Amino acid sequence: MIGVEHYVVVSSILFVLGVLGIFLNRKNIIVILMAIELILLAVNLNLVAFSAFLNDLTGQVFAMFVLTVAAGEAAIGLAILVIYYRSRGTIAVDDVNRMKG
Amino acid sequence: MIQAIAFYLFATLVLASGVLTIVARNPVHSVLWLILAFFNGAGLMLLVGAEFLAFLLIIVYVGAVAVLFLFVVMMLNIDFAELRAGFVKNFPLGIAIALVLLAELVLGVGAYRAGALDLGTADGMAAPLAGESNIENIGALLYGRYLFLFESAGIILLVAMVGAIVLTHRGTRSPRGQQNIARQIARKPSEATVNTKPEIGQGVEL
Repeated sequence: MIGVEHYVVVSSILFVLGVLGIFLNRKNIIVILMAIELILLAVNLNLVAFSAFLNDLTGQVFAMFVLTVAAGEAAIGLAILVIYYRSRGTIAVDDVNRMKG
Repeated sequence: MIQAIAFYLFATLVLASGVLTIVARNPVHSVLWLILAFFNGAGLMLLVGAEFLAFLLIIVYVGAVAVLFLFVVMMLNIDFAELRAGFVKNFPLGIAIALVLLAELVLGVGAYRAGALDLGTADGMAAPLAGESNIENIGALLYGRYLFLFESAGIILLVAMVGAIVLTHRGTRSPRGQQNIARQIARKPSEATVNTKPEIGQGVEL
């Protein structure tokens, strides 16, 4: 029978895949944003699985808030990406040095 | 039995499409793999009876966020081959950090299994009511106990929307000129019109 452990294993592997994606595609900020979405999907899976197996709906409500914030983050991130591309003509992460940080 | 088969199918597909999302050469393919991952994640949520979250995931992520990614990837004219340059160089470091993270997660689960930690149990305040669907239960929670959190989620979405519009909006450069609404409203009749009483046969100079 499928228990909460199975879900924890799947979501932790998915989380690690997301972190790996950030490191592998260090130059391409679009893929970095997608990897962050993968991480958030893993977190949501975990919340939903625990909510279902502990018989407590708070986890699902919280997963909905995570979804809301993720949607806002994607919209703002892509908007920043678009205006950055408009002004610089590139989105390579290494070239982001205008503020000498 | 059928649950186990469905779980392993969805789990395999979500992990495979997660891998392909981060290693695909073309970002458009990455987005498509990400969509597949979201679909299978929604399937996993359906299996534990969280229908509302599953369909929300499909509607919000596949319907809005993934399509937004697709638009941005296709709109920008970027040489993606150049952006992939560091892929092989970063591979060992990435794998090392991923393994460390995975080991930490396994360690955490092991420590919990050993039984020394007390994480607490559900207090039963938000237990789903028998005989009501998942959506009705979540609705009762959202509009009751979590009403203010729900409202603040709406405010977050509003701020994100206004921010995205303000960031990307360019003033229209129409050949027909622009409408400056502030100037238009600030205009008074006394500045815009002149009363003259021309002599007969003189005409008016404006």
